[in-house]
Amino acid sequence: MSDVQDYKSSLANAESRKFETFSYLPAMTAEQTRKQIEYIVSKGWNPGIEHTEPENAISNYWYMWKLPMFGETNVDVILAELENCHKAHPKNHVRLLGFDNYSQSAGASMVIYRGKTV
Amino acid sequence: MAVKSYNAGVKEYRETYWMPDYTPKDTDLLACFKITPQAGVPREEVAAAVAAESSTGTWTTVWTDLLTDLDYYKGRAYAIEDVPGDDTCFYAFVAYPIDLFEEGSVVNVLTSLVGNVFGFKALRALRLEDIRFPVAYVMTCNGPPQGIQVERDIMNKYGRPLLGCTIKPKLGLSAKNYGRACYEGLRGGLDFTKDDENVNSQPFMRWRHRFDFVMEAILKAEAETGERKGHYLNVTAPTADEMMRRAEYAKEIGAPIIMHDYLTGGLSANTQLAQWCQNNGMLLHIHRAMHAVLDRNPHHGIHFRVLTKILRLSGGDHLHSGTVVGKLEGDRDATLGWIDTMRDSFIKEDRSRGLFFDQDWGSMPGVLPVASGGIHVWHMPALVSIFGDDSVLQFGGGTLGHPWGNAAGAAANRVAVEACVEARNSGRELEKESKDILTQAAKSSPELKIAMETWKEIKFEFDTVDKLDVKHK
Repeated sequence: MSDVQDYKSSLANAESRKFETFSYLPAMTAEQTRKQIEYIVSKGWNPGIEHTEPENAISNYWYMWKLPMFGETNVDVILAELENCHKAHPKNHVRLLGFDNYSQSAGASMVIYRGKTV
Repeated sequence: MAVKSYNAGVKEYRETYWMPDYTPKDTDLLACFKITPQAGVPREEVAAAVAAESSTGTWTTVWTDLLTDLDYYKGRAYAIEDVPGDDTCFYAFVAYPIDLFEEGSVVNVLTSLVGNVFGFKALRALRLEDIRFPVAYVMTCNGPPQGIQVERDIMNKYGRPLLGCTIKPKLGLSAKNYGRACYEGLRGGLDFTKDDENVNSQPFMRWRHRFDFVMEAILKAEAETGERKGHYLNVTAPTADEMMRRAEYAKEIGAPIIMHDYLTGGLSANTQLAQWCQNNGMLLHIHRAMHAVLDRNPHHGIHFRVLTKILRLSGGDHLHSGTVVGKLEGDRDATLGWIDTMRDSFIKEDRSRGLFFDQDWGSMPGVLPVASGGIHVWHMPALVSIFGDDSVLQFGGGTLGHPWGNAAGAAANRVAVEACVEARNSGRELEKESKDILTQAAKSSPELKIAMETWKEIKFEFDTVDKLDVKHK
């Protein structure tokens, strides 16, 4: 049994709270984030930014940061908006979505800035 | 108007039902049969016989034929083709007027197309290879209760395949122990756990206890991880009334998804359940026990691509599709053909993937293919590459068999699927770079590292029995 590792997760430990796609991986580096944004742009999806207090992350409706950036394909502009949202709400999760208007769904959704879980 | 007179007796089928000059209408239901005739029977005669026996015909002329416009209602054999690489059989294409079928009833369609004709003595074997459902007929069917986009919204899962696990052992656990197995998997990062198909309501675990304990597992795992979770509660039952009773209870306790076996449970029951799910906001997972009895023999039965279309029309949000890479049968190109048939709104004829007709689904939602059976973390890159995001990847033994338990097994699979999606989005080639991608991900996940060591040597490399018909065979 000494070889078996305990799975550390509990109601009491706020760090057990996840936030869907990519939340089981380490936070992305700047270079990795850039590649994910390039992917969203290459798919023709509309980038959008949302944020929330980490304790409310299970809600469908996070706070929209401005409006989705319809037609925006400049990766640097998208990165800058993510950073603006993060600066304005440093304790919050900030996620990037790729809205696919054909499927009427998000083709991609990932938290770029991770808030502190409480 | 031509006047016909009644002549009693037996007439050759081809005089009436073989119409090589017929141009199928957009509203016709088209079928492709693979026919293995008895020796010495001409192809046209046997193709015409199949058209007759699956539509209006019987073995002799009857006077009541003349009370109707039989020329309108009859099925028409309109083309014959060689089967590549197999001289024992041929393809026959039959067109049926849409009036032959009750609206919204796949039961009625199958009763005609795979009814008496399959026992017909002039045939050695018969296989229904494909059906083109005209969009006019598609629109009379209810279809999947929610569809892929709605499921993503209900479950809050975007930009990746969903992750599931079938609870094992298949039979014999008490309800409380069973709920424990579910809870551990869900808290480790799975989206869904699943009742095995033969878990219904046996003496060792009655359905109602199972539902109660599993629901507690779901709620606790949701509170703990902050993510939405579900468990396919199997409502397959001896009677449709009992099935509905179980479905109602699942809804009452707040379960997001239930499950049904559409072939053993029956298509009437399935269609009824799917309509109820649509009206009650429930997702419906579909298992396919018995399918291999029908679809595995290359010369006789019903091809799985037909069973796929039947399910999409009858209704279901998930359907098991095979894995290509796991322990169960499934040719890669053929599998790609039927998973597109589940998900897309228009699928073009493509013989290289076994698709004999264009299929237009109109506005009918799609079904998520479920890859399940003998798969583990090492298969993940290939699975993400083959199935893409709109799929459920389901690891039973590949979760529960982890040396540290279900939660660790679940976490290993979750890390692996996210690493594969991240790598794919970054432009990396998953199947070529699979080892590198998983090894890199395992650096931050001891659970994945152990899983990779545990299942390193397990492969299932047997040749496929039901291959696509191609020349080199």
